[in-house]
Amino acid sequence: MRPLITAIGLLLAWEALAWATGVPVYILPPPSRVAVVLVERFDLLIEQAAWTAAEMILGLVLGLILGAALAVVFAASAGWRRWALPLVIISQAIPVIAIAPLLVLWLGYGMASKVAMAALVIFFPVVSTLYDGLRRTDPGWLDLAQTMDAPPRAVLLQIRLPAALPAFASGARIAAAVAPIGAVIGEWVGASAGLGFLMTQSLARGQTPLAFAALVLLCLLGLALYHATDWAARRLVPWQSPQGE
Amino acid sequence: MVASPPLSVRGARIAFGDRVVATDLALEFPAGRTTCLLGRSGVGKTSLLRWLAGLLPGTERAEPLAYMAQRDLLLPWLDILGNVLLGYRLRGDAAALRAAEPRARALLTEVGLGDRLGDRPDALSAGMRQRAALARTLCEDRSVVLMDEPFGHLDAVTRLELQDLAARLLAGRTVVLVTHDPLEALRLGHQVRVLAGTPFTVELPIEPSGPVPRDASDPELLALQGRLIAQLRSAA
Repeated sequence: MRPLITAIGLLLAWEALAWATGVPVYILPPPSRVAVVLVERFDLLIEQAAWTAAEMILGLVLGLILGAALAVVFAASAGWRRWALPLVIISQAIPVIAIAPLLVLWLGYGMASKVAMAALVIFFPVVSTLYDGLRRTDPGWLDLAQTMDAPPRAVLLQIRLPAALPAFASGARIAAAVAPIGAVIGEWVGASAGLGFLMTQSLARGQTPLAFAALVLLCLLGLALYHATDWAARRLVPWQSPQGE
Repeated sequence: MVASPPLSVRGARIAFGDRVVATDLALEFPAGRTTCLLGRSGVGKTSLLRWLAGLLPGTERAEPLAYMAQRDLLLPWLDILGNVLLGYRLRGDAAALRAAEPRARALLTEVGLGDRLGDRPDALSAGMRQRAALARTLCEDRSVVLMDEPFGHLDAVTRLELQDLAARLLAGRTVVLVTHDPLEALRLGHQVRVLAGTPFTVELPIEPSGPVPRDASDPELLALQGRLIAQLRSAA
């Protein structure tokens, strides 16, 4: 309830500011104008939002799978870890926006470059949280497994991996929060569809209210993605829920 | 169950890092009996037990055994039955797992958890969880059982109940039980041995009369308890 009141208050203040100062609509459109555009151009907006949503979700899924797989490989093999971990860290030192033009060059203006971009941004939080979780297994459980003559593979899959799922769930939440950044940066650099593409196009043509309408949808998409991931993450670790929120 | 073997330690040196816990240690744990190792915190009881279990770096255990720690170590994502069968699940032998399941159910009924098989550990009280851990230890069906202060954090009444249960269910196995509670050692141990000093030495066995679990209000036991406390004090 409180966030809703805050939001309405801010919108009213914005509306009042826009009317009082008489600032041109192409600089700062009042919320009422954005709302009208949202309704009038709904079909276009929804179409572009669906495109961006597909990029985010595919990027998120791909990043989660690759990140989880690499974390498990790191936990299972010290050799792989020594060779590949420095590479993963170096890859994070390059700002993602700097490789965006390259990805567009290699993968084209379509969806693939944006999916790759989103996957790239979320890959690191997933690898590092899950790998960290895999390293921090309760030593008591490992001792118990050892006295039970458990083979290392069974210890990894049946004890260390489930024990690391809460860490993976936090990684997935971070990933869901940053996945939109990857997709939208990709759309800004070069695209033929999507909300980020729509924003750059409409701003270039002075259709600022449309850009704002796209921004509103982008915000809703981000929130939906985060909450869907949060819900799924809770389902993944039901035994953690009492200590959770 | 096959006849339980004795457990012997000869000329052992127990150390980790720079800390030497025991040197040239010789100990005999009689077959099919419960030996309680009593000592103050930090004397090295747990190290000795971990050494016996092959859990210290560079050690090998003598034979298959079951190990029960102070914490229940139940896996929160498995239900109680799954936890009791953990050893079979980890070893990945499907036939053995199927064969062990009726025994796991029977053991859980014995420890009073017959109607909680499908519950997750976090739905159980500390006493119930420790009973589940006892069922898991017994389900391994090893003739040697090592226990590290298994009832240390339970309230007094729950502890007495679990001691009775453990004494009954562990009968016939070679048990080494580490505790800092003299009364627990005297109730459960066919033999009680006091560990003292740095590196520690093991005093001669004390063998209270009568079958285990012994009555906590027995005057002989209480007299022995007084003697043991004095012994532990003077060792400091």
